[in-house]
Amino acid sequence: MPLVESGPEPESATSAAVDPEIAKAYWKKTSNLMWLVLAIWFIAGFGVHLFAQTLNPIHIFGFPLGFYMAAQGSLIVFVVTLFWFAKRQNEIDEEFGVQEDA
Amino acid sequence: MADTTGAKDPFIANLNKIYIGYTGGFMFFVVCLAILEQMGVPDRIIGYLFVFLTIGVYAYIGIISRTQVVSEYYVAGRRVPAIYNGMATGSDWMSAASFIGMAGSLYALGYGGLAFILGWTGGYMLVAILLAPYLRKFGQYTVPDFLGARFGGNWARGIGVIVLITASFVYVVAQIVGVGIITQRFLEVSFTTAVFLGLAGILVCSMLGGMRAVTWTQVAQYIILIIAYLIPAILMSMKISGVPIPQLMYGLALERIEVLEQGFRAAGMVPPPGVTGFHTSPFVGANGQFSLNAAVNFFALIFCLMVGTAALPHVLMRYFTTPSVREARASVAWSLFFIFLLYFTAPAYAAFGKLEIYQTVIGQPIANLPEWIKNWQIISPYGTPWVNIVDVNRDGIVQWGDFRIHPDVVVLATPEIAGLPYVIAGLVAAGGLAAALSTADGLLLALANALSHDVYYKMINRDAPTARRLMISRVLLLIVALLAAWTAGSMGADILFLVAWAFSIAAAGLFAALVMGVWYKKTTNAAACWGMAVGYLVTFCYLIWSEFYGLHFMQTFATKEAILRAATATAALPLATVELKAYAAGLVANASEIKDGSVAWLGSLWSGLPSDHVVLRGRVVGRLWGLNNISGGIFGVPLSFLTIYLVSKFTTAPSLAMQNFVEDIRIPRGGVRLVDRREAVQ
Repeated sequence: MPLVESGPEPESATSAAVDPEIAKAYWKKTSNLMWLVLAIWFIAGFGVHLFAQTLNPIHIFGFPLGFYMAAQGSLIVFVVTLFWFAKRQNEIDEEFGVQEDA
Repeated sequence: MADTTGAKDPFIANLNKIYIGYTGGFMFFVVCLAILEQMGVPDRIIGYLFVFLTIGVYAYIGIISRTQVVSEYYVAGRRVPAIYNGMATGSDWMSAASFIGMAGSLYALGYGGLAFILGWTGGYMLVAILLAPYLRKFGQYTVPDFLGARFGGNWARGIGVIVLITASFVYVVAQIVGVGIITQRFLEVSFTTAVFLGLAGILVCSMLGGMRAVTWTQVAQYIILIIAYLIPAILMSMKISGVPIPQLMYGLALERIEVLEQGFRAAGMVPPPGVTGFHTSPFVGANGQFSLNAAVNFFALIFCLMVGTAALPHVLMRYFTTPSVREARASVAWSLFFIFLLYFTAPAYAAFGKLEIYQTVIGQPIANLPEWIKNWQIISPYGTPWVNIVDVNRDGIVQWGDFRIHPDVVVLATPEIAGLPYVIAGLVAAGGLAAALSTADGLLLALANALSHDVYYKMINRDAPTARRLMISRVLLLIVALLAAWTAGSMGADILFLVAWAFSIAAAGLFAALVMGVWYKKTTNAAACWGMAVGYLVTFCYLIWSEFYGLHFMQTFATKEAILRAATATAALPLATVELKAYAAGLVANASEIKDGSVAWLGSLWSGLPSDHVVLRGRVVGRLWGLNNISGGIFGVPLSFLTIYLVSKFTTAPSLAMQNFVEDIRIPRGGVRLVDRREAVQ
C-alpha cells in the first residue's frame, strides 16, 4: 500500500490559507477547549452517576437527586455545554482570524 | 462551496413559513379527527387516516424534492440551516427504539433504563467537539470519503464501508420491524404485509430525491413525532398533578410509586419477573442489594452508546449538509436540543404510565379489568401477549407480579391506559411511525451511498457519468431495502436486540480511526486500517461468539464451576437444538471431567466480576467479566485506539502533504489540499 498516491494537487487550494504559526496557536487553544468540554462530558456522563446511591435520599420536588441527575440533570448540562462550546469556538476562530469568509 | 446556489431558492428562503404552516395544519388535522371521533367515527377509520395521511405527506415532500444533481442527492446542496439540520438529525437519530422502546425500558428497568437516555444524548458531545466541524470542513459526501482521503485510498475506504454496512444494515432491519409492529396493530394486516407497506413509505421518501428529500421529510417527521410524544405526556401530567409540565411534575408520580411499591412489598406481593429494586434505585442486583456487576454494566452501556452515536455514519453524514463549519457546530447543539425534548420526557412518560397501572389495575379483580387491557391481549411476535395477566396464585385478583406488559407497547398503550381519547392513540402511532420511517430513510441512504459512491464510483469506475451514478444509487437503495425487509419479515422481532449491537460495531470499527485522523497528525495509513479491522473484528466476533455459541464461549473463558452452570442451563433450554442439549447434558453427566477454560485466567481477571452466563432470548449467552454483550464495544474501542497508536509508532510518519491536509481540515478558513486529487469530488 503506497503511503501517498501521486498526482497534481487540485486547483482549489494549493497553499495554506493561514500562517503556520497562527495555525499552531489556534490549534492549541482549540485543543484546550476540547479537553475542557471532554472533562465536562466525562463528569456529567459518568462521574456524578457514581454517586447516585449517595444522592438519592435527597429529594427535590419529589425527585430523588441521583435519579434526577441521570434522567434530566446531565442532559441539561450536555445541551447547555454544546451551545456554549459552539459560541466559544466561534470566538476562538475570530480571535485568530481563521473564521470562514461570509 | 462551489455547489451552493445561494439563498435565492424560494424554498430555503421560506422555510420558517412553510414549516410553521405545516405544524398548524397538522394540529388542525388532529383536532378534526378528535371531532370526528366524538361524532362516532370508528377507531379503525381514525387509525387508517393517521397512518395514510402522514405517509402521504412524506411521499409528497419526497416527490417534490426529487433531484438529478449529485450534490443535492448526496448532501442536500449543502444549504440546510443549522436549526433545520438539527431537527432532521433529531428524527434521523430517534428511531423506533427511542420513540416506542425507551419509555418502556424505563418502565420495566427503572434507574437501569436511564443508561439509554444518557448514552443516546451524551454522544453528541463527542460528535460536536471531536468530529462534526472537521468532517464538514473536509466537505465531501460520505464518511468513507474521509477515511479514503485521510488514510491513502481504497484499503481504508473499503474497511470503513464494511463496518458501515454491518452496523447500518443491522440497524435498518430493526427499524423495519418497528414499522411492521405499528402498521400491524393499526391497520390490522399481517406482519409481513405490514413490513412491505412500511417499506413503500420509506422508499418514496428517499428514492427520488436522496439526501435532499430525506432531509426535508425528516424535518416534517420530527415535528409530528415530537407533538405525538409531548401531547399524551402533557395530558397525563394534567390528569395526575393538574399542571401541564410533565418533566417537572413526574417527581410527584415517582414519590407515589415508591410509596405504592413499599406497600406492595409490605403486603407480601411478589414483583414482576426481573424487577428487584425500587423504581428509582440504582445498580440493584438480583438479591435487591447493590451489585457491582449492575453498576459496571450500566456504565459500559452508556460508554458504548455514546461512542456509537459518534460513529454511526447516517448521523455523521448529516453534518456534511450544513452551509459552513460554523453552522455544523451550531447544528450539533440544535440536534441535541431537539433530541433532549423527547428524551427528558421519556422518564415522565414511564412514571405516569406506571403510576396509572399501579392505581387502576393492581389489586383489581381480573373479571372487571378495563377495556384497553383486552385490546392489547393480542399475541405479539415474541410469542406472548403484549399485555399478559398471569394469575400466579389463582386468587382472581391482579397482584403486582401478575401484570406483565411488554416494554415495546408501554408508549403505544399508555393513552388508552390513562383513559385518553382514541385520537391520542392514533397520534402516538403516527409519531412512532414517523420515528421509525425517518431513521430507516437515513440508514438506507447511508447504505446506498456507501455502495454506489464509495464502492462503485470511487473504487470501481472513476469515470462513471453522473446520471449513471445516481441511477446505480437508486437501484441499490431498492435492493438494500428489499433485502432488509425480507430479513425483517423472516426473522421477526427476535432481531430487535441487534440495535444495541449496531452501536458497538460502529463504535469499535470507526470511532478511533475518525478521531485519530483529525486529532493525531502522526496516524499512518496502515495504523488506521489495522485499528479499524481490530476493533471491528474483536467486537463482531465477541458478539456472535457470546450470543450464539454461549456454551462454547463459557468453555473458553470461564472456570469449571461456571461452565457446569452454563451447561445445566443449556440442557434446560426449551428451544435449543437436540445436538446442543445432548452435548450439554453430557457435560453435566460427567461434571467431574469439566476443566477450566483454556483462558479462564483472563475471564477471572477481576475477582468481583467473574465471567458468567445469562439466559436471554431463548439462548445461553456468555458474559466475559459479567458484561452484557450489548456493551460489546467496551473491548473493541480501546483496542482500536491502542492499535492505531502503536502501529503509528512503528510505521513511517505520514508525508508532509498529508500533514498539510490535516492542517487544512482543522482550520475553518480556506480550502482543503488533498494529497490525492482523485479523492476530490467535482
